[in-house]
Parts: sequence; structure tokens; C-alpha cells
Amino acid sequence: MAHASPPPAFKNPMVRWIDSRLPVFTLMQKEYGVFPMPRNANYFWNFGAIAMVMLMVMIVTGIFLSMHYTPHVDHAFNSVERIMRDVNYGWLMRYVHMNGASFFFIAVYIHIFRGLYYGSYKAPRELLWMLGVVILLLMMATAFMGYVLPWGQMSFWGVTVITNLFSAIPMVGDSVVTWLWGGFAVENATLNRFFSLHYLLPFVIVGVVFLHVAALHVTGSNNPTGIDPKGPQDTLPFHPYFTIKDTFGLVVFLLIYCGFVFFAPNFMGHPDNYIPAQPLVTPAHIVPEWYFLPFYAMLRAITFDFLFIEAKLGGVIVMFASVFILFLLPWLDTSRVRSARFRPIYKWFFWVLFVNVLILGQVGALAADDPFEMFGISFGFISATTVGQICTFYYFFHFLVLLPLLGKFETPLPLPRSIHESVLPKGARGGGPLPAGAAAKPMGKA
Amino acid sequence: MTDTTQAAGPVAGQAAGEPAPEAETAEDGATRRDFLMLTAAATGAVGVAGFGWALVDMMNPAADTLALATTEVDLSGVEPGQAITVMWRGKPVFIRHRTNGEIMSAEAANLDDLPDPEPDSARIVGGRTEWLVVVGVCTHLGCIPLGQRSGDSQGDFGGWFCPCHGSHYDTSGRIRRGPAPDNLPVPEYQFVEDLRIRIG
Amino acid sequence: MPMTTAVLRTLALVGAVAGVLGLATTAHAAGETVTPPNQNWSWEGPFGTYDRAAAQRGFLVYKQVCSSCHSMEQLDYRHLTGIGFSEAEVSALAAGFLVVDGPDENGDMFRRPALPSDGFTNPYENEQMARLANNGSLPPDLSVIAKAREYGADYLYALLIGYEDPPEGVELRAGMHYNRYFSGGQIAMPSMIVDGGVEYIDGTEPFVNQQAWDVTTFMMWAAEPHMDRRKEMGVMVIGFLAVFAVLMWLVKRRVWSDTH
Repeated sequence: MAHASPPPAFKNPMVRWIDSRLPVFTLMQKEYGVFPMPRNANYFWNFGAIAMVMLMVMIVTGIFLSMHYTPHVDHAFNSVERIMRDVNYGWLMRYVHMNGASFFFIAVYIHIFRGLYYGSYKAPRELLWMLGVVILLLMMATAFMGYVLPWGQMSFWGVTVITNLFSAIPMVGDSVVTWLWGGFAVENATLNRFFSLHYLLPFVIVGVVFLHVAALHVTGSNNPTGIDPKGPQDTLPFHPYFTIKDTFGLVVFLLIYCGFVFFAPNFMGHPDNYIPAQPLVTPAHIVPEWYFLPFYAMLRAITFDFLFIEAKLGGVIVMFASVFILFLLPWLDTSRVRSARFRPIYKWFFWVLFVNVLILGQVGALAADDPFEMFGISFGFISATTVGQICTFYYFFHFLVLLPLLGKFETPLPLPRSIHESVLPKGARGGGPLPAGAAAKPMGKA
Repeated sequence: MTDTTQAAGPVAGQAAGEPAPEAETAEDGATRRDFLMLTAAATGAVGVAGFGWALVDMMNPAADTLALATTEVDLSGVEPGQAITVMWRGKPVFIRHRTNGEIMSAEAANLDDLPDPEPDSARIVGGRTEWLVVVGVCTHLGCIPLGQRSGDSQGDFGGWFCPCHGSHYDTSGRIRRGPAPDNLPVPEYQFVEDLRIRIG
Repeated sequence: MPMTTAVLRTLALVGAVAGVLGLATTAHAAGETVTPPNQNWSWEGPFGTYDRAAAQRGFLVYKQVCSSCHSMEQLDYRHLTGIGFSEAEVSALAAGFLVVDGPDENGDMFRRPALPSDGFTNPYENEQMARLANNGSLPPDLSVIAKAREYGADYLYALLIGYEDPPEGVELRAGMHYNRYFSGGQIAMPSMIVDGGVEYIDGTEPFVNQQAWDVTTFMMWAAEPHMDRRKEMGVMVIGFLAVFAVLMWLVKRRVWSDTH
């Protein structure tokens, strides 16, 4: 996609010297300088860059926090409190890291839903999308293990419940759980290995992000129309247009993030995690962090045996399937048009799915037997579990049934001839038949 | 890798000396834009630097470490000629009950011969010449000098001898020969009772 | 000596098990928990700060009342400079407590007056002793209690002044007290704060509500000692980012102006 550019002439002799031996500057120039971005990419296209910045913030603050943290059951809670009280700026970095996890997920979830809306997963970006799903899975594992480290009540019981999921695996389940724990219960060995992996996985994420970006730079970015750029009139160089736009979006994002860090740092946390872990006392109501709630709801939705699959195993399968199904998305969606902007029916189902996931999140936060309630309104006639089951069913229905059928039966709106034309004032715009390249077919060039 | 480019795009661009890829429209517009860009880049740099400073400061001693500043030592069992070692701020402190001979040899030293001239009287507290208290860390490269236990080599000046690189300290803890540049430092301490000191 | 220890240990273990069972039944019997009324605390809002005089009085209440059963393991005496005590006052305060140190040259542990760098003294040597002394219940550590309970300070305050006679039909278990703000309504801690129970040196009348208010302020500070600094820095950071955002918006508009 990237146009072959003439070798850039660097003025600085030092830069020239290095570049002729190791062309890092040429590479940067090509991938982030003159790299052609669709000129109509809107602010939703900021969230990839924002997520990347959040990853860096998490890694940097994490490294400095780990210099003061002790991964031992007797010291973990106290060492976190020492960070909060005695370490210079320890309270700041701890809150930046703690809320950073939430805001990293916020950025990534917006990034994902943007992809869903504008069809960024469709050909030729299937691998790019799948690498993104790998990143999501790694993030989930990392966040989960990180939540264990303060060794509060929620840490302890969260890890107990989630690791126990693996006992649902037929035959070897119990051995797997013992292996995960390094003992016969969640204990010091568990905390230690989780710390080790929590430190390791972010660097694996960096590696996959690198591949994700490399894949992106082969196909180029999608855009709100879903139409491929036809030439220079459809694109702008990445720098300065999108470096500036990304930075502006980033600063606004940081504003909100810092609002939480400085004025409501515990808003997204749970009070029980300020109680040191007590292996003999389970909290009345165990909830994961908010970003896991929809998946937790799907896990708990399976309360019945299905054929030869026990409820427990069924829940685990459904929970993992809810993420893994995203790997298949490029092939489940049969539509020839990428962007929901030109898919009148899909557009509605997209929002239904979005609300569905929100409701699942709410279900995940409620106790299983509670009547369902949302936004302070109680729906006494239906239990949270039933709502969870309906929404779980709909989630899979969306991906497995709706998407394949929609592509066959939906009539897309007429696509603009080019990106350039789509951003022209309304009067100058002309509808037309499907132009070549608008459809999500693998491009010959890529 | 890539985020730095995007977060601090303008900075990176200027550092690499890249020409702006797009054509300038008007001279005036270009200057105003450059000024704006520079201001924004500088603001971003200030923000990143502030965050960086907080991270660096995180590695400085924490409040609890700084607070562990005082240690009290009972000297009543230490006979003349004997020495004890106590821990203070994670470092050994040598406390020696000096004999008259040791005091005299310390006071007799010619200051002109010392690499780090300092009279013995400046290294004792409250006129208690029999008690010498020094931090027992060689000022060369941080080894613990010998000379505390009976049978240790005390070097050629009757004080301490650092086995790592052969520094000799005298009975006042001053460096006399060898690579160490400074005398063994005297920590801040005071006598709270006749035979009880508080270090720190 | 070893014999007594063994007996004590056994007793403590029994107490612990009873305590856990007690807790479990409490959780089961949990009826409706009453939402504590919302109070106007000095530290609320983006510019709110701790009322240091109240926190100092609250420390006195903790010292004279709460500390006979509750530890505050995360706090050192030196931390008290955070609520406005001078270093000399902290040294004097600390010297009023005896801490175990040692072993000395003879291998014995000994007690000495606490230094500012020492942690708050614990009322009990271990959890088992604490349960033994408290009818099987474990008085929780209060270091972060204000962050470890839903509704935080509002809850603590409501709980401290919320003791009342049990309503009709509620049968209290042995050694329990009725408090509708506590989950399940039955709490092992008796009402400890009484009018005039402590003497304030600043002339504030030590009514129950005042003491509860003050000690809650102290608890909130203990749980989040850097909150004042955090908010102060937050105002600066938000201001900085707001200016930066406006700047970036101007730059963005300017850079993109030639694309239309």
C-alpha cells in the first residue's frame, strides 16, 4: 500500500551516517512520516495510538512499581501499602498503573468496536484483526494476573475462582489446576509465578503489537467509508496530519484518565481488595474488574448441562468462545461492503450488539440470584441469570447467524466513488454503482 | 517504539531534521504554525519530563528508609582495647574503646603526612577521647576493613586494614596508606548516658 | 510455660474456627443492610482537604479507645506528622508506647519506648490471641478500613453511632450487639464511644458524635494519607493537560487547514 518513496535526504550528517548502515530513519520516515493515511479517518482512529501509549505507560510504571513490590503472601499487601505511603510518588504510580489497566481496556474496547463498525476486520485485514485478538487475550491474562498481586480479598478469591475454571477440563482438569497453583491451593507459589508472568506478558504484547502494526502497514488503514484509497488525493501523509491528530486525541484521553487517577482513584476498584487476603473467608460477592464483566456473565450464564457437557465446562467453553469467535469474524461476516455506514441493517445490529455487551457487563456485576437491574431500575420479574442467558445467546447469534445471513440479504447503500468524493460537500457528491475496490476482496497488490 | 513517534511526533520530527513533507502556503501562516508546533512540542516535553522525574524519584530512599535513622548502643561491656560492630542504616559502625596508647598515637600523627588531614580531636564527640565511632566501610570501594576482631590484621597503623586493595587506617580511623581517598566517616552521634550513645 | 502456650494455642484455634463459623452464619443471616447517610466531609470534592484538627482529635480517640483491640499495622508514628503533629510532638507521642525490640546481647527480647520510626503497637501478639480475647471475633486492622468498606467514611461514622436496642423479634447471639449498619445487624464490637470518654485538649466537647466524627476523619486520613497532595497535584495536572489540549487543538486545526 505504502507508495515507494524516494530515499529521504537527511540533513544531519550523523543521521545520514547511521541511516546508511541501519536504515531506522528511513523506516520511520516511511512508516510514520510519509505513510499514506486515508484522509477521512475520524477520531475513532486515534485509539490504536492511544492504546499503544497506554501499553507504554503500564510497562514503565510497572517496572518502577516492581522495584518496591514483594511477591510473597506475607509481604505483598504490606509492600503495596508501603508503596502507597512511603515510596516517593509511590501512591501516584500505583494509581496510574491501577487506573491505567482500566483505561488501557477502554481504549482497546473502543478500538475493537470501531473495527466492528467500520468492518476493519474484513479482507485484506484478516490477519491484522486476528493479531489484535491475540493482543486482547494477552491483555486479559496480564490484567488478571496483575490484579492478583496486591493480595487483597478480591485478588485471592478472583484467582481462586478463575483458576478453578480449569478443573472443568475433562480428565486432567484437577492436575492442571494443581499445576497452575504450584500447590494444592492458591498460595505463595501461585503469587510468585503470577508476578513473573505479569512482568513477562507485557513484553510479549509489545511483540505482537509490532506484528499488528507491521500488518497494518502492509494493508494500510481502513477508513469510515470502507473504500480503499485510489490515489494521493484520498490520503494524507501520516506526519504531521495524524501525528498531530493522534496527539490531540491522546491529550483529551489523558485528561479523563488523570481525572480518575487524581480525583477518584478507587472508583473502578473494589473495597474488598483493601482487605488482606484471608484464605478462610470468602467475600459475600466476588466480582472481577469491570473489563471482565461481560465475559464473567457469559461464564455464569451456563447453569445447565448440555448433552454430555457439564454446566461448569459449558460455562468455560462459552466464555473462551466469546473471545475466540472473534478470530473467525472475517469469515463469518459475508458482506461485500465493509463500513456500517453503507449497511443499513447491520448498523442497527451493531448497536444491538453493543447494548447487549453492556447488559452482559451489568449482569456480570450482579449476584446470580439478584433480580436484574440497570441504571437503578429494577426488573423484578426477571433474574440476572436469565438476562445473562438471553444476552449470551444473542451474542453468539449475532456472530454465528446474523452476520453470515446479513451479508447475503442486506442491500448496501450506494458507495461513493472515492474517499475524496465522500468528503466533498453534499451537492457535489454523486451516488453510483459499486465501484471496483469498494468491496472487501483481497487486493492483488497485498 | 511507535508510540513515542506519535506522542511526541513534533519533537521526533525536528530531532531527525526532517523537512515538513507538505508545501507551505504563506510565509506568515508557516511562522505562526511553527510557533504553535514548537509551543505544543515544548509543552509535551515538559509533561513527559515531569512524569519521568516522578519515576526517577521513586528510586530514591523511601520515607521509611530515611526514618530508620537512629540506633542506640550500650557501651558498658566494652573494655579498653575492645571493639564492637553495630548496624546503622544498613552499614556497620565500628565502635572502639581505645587504650591510652592508641589515643596518643592517634593524636601524635603529623597532619602533613595524612592524605585526608583531620586532627583526632575532630573525630571524637563530647571530649570522650577513649571512644571512637566510625562507619566501617572503606572509602575506596566499599569493602569492610579488618581489625575489629582479635586476630584480625589491624594494618601498619594499629587501626584497620582493608583486605580488598590494602588501605591502612590508623587508630583514629584515618587513611594513612593505600588507595582509599578519605578517612572513615564519623557518623552523627551523641552520648545519651555515660555509657550509651545514639547514632543518627 | 510451653504447656500454657499449648493450651492457649488450642483455645485460640477453637476461637478462630468458632469465629469463622460465626462470620459465615452472619453472612447468611444478612438481611437488608442499611445504606449509611451521606455526610459532608471536609475532604470531599476536588479541592477538599483533611480537617487536621479533627484528625488529631481522632488519633486521640483511636489511641485511648480503639487501640485496645484494633491494630493499625501500616502506620508508623512518624506518619502522624501528616495530620499536623510536629516532629517533637510525634517523638513524645511515640515515647508513650512500649515496643518489643531485641534480641539484646544476652539474646533476650526487651521493651523500650517507641521511636517515631516504629510501627503502631499491636494490641495482640497474633490473630489467635486477638480472637481469644474477643469471643472468637477478630477486630480488623484499621489501617485502610476507610477504603476497605463500601461507603467508606459514611459507613464508619454511621456504624460508630448506630448502636441501638434490637428491634422486636431479633434475637442477639451471645456477645453480639445490634447495629443496623453492620452486615447482618449483629456486631461483636460493643459501643465503645461514650460522651466524655476522652478529654480533648483543644476544648472541643467530646460528645459521642464528635468523637465518632473525629476518629472517622483520622481513619480516612490513615487509609489515604497522601490525598491532599494528590488532589493538589491533580488540579495542576488537569490544568496543564487542558492547556496542552487547547494547544494541540489549535495545532491540529492549523495543520489540517490546508486539506479542505
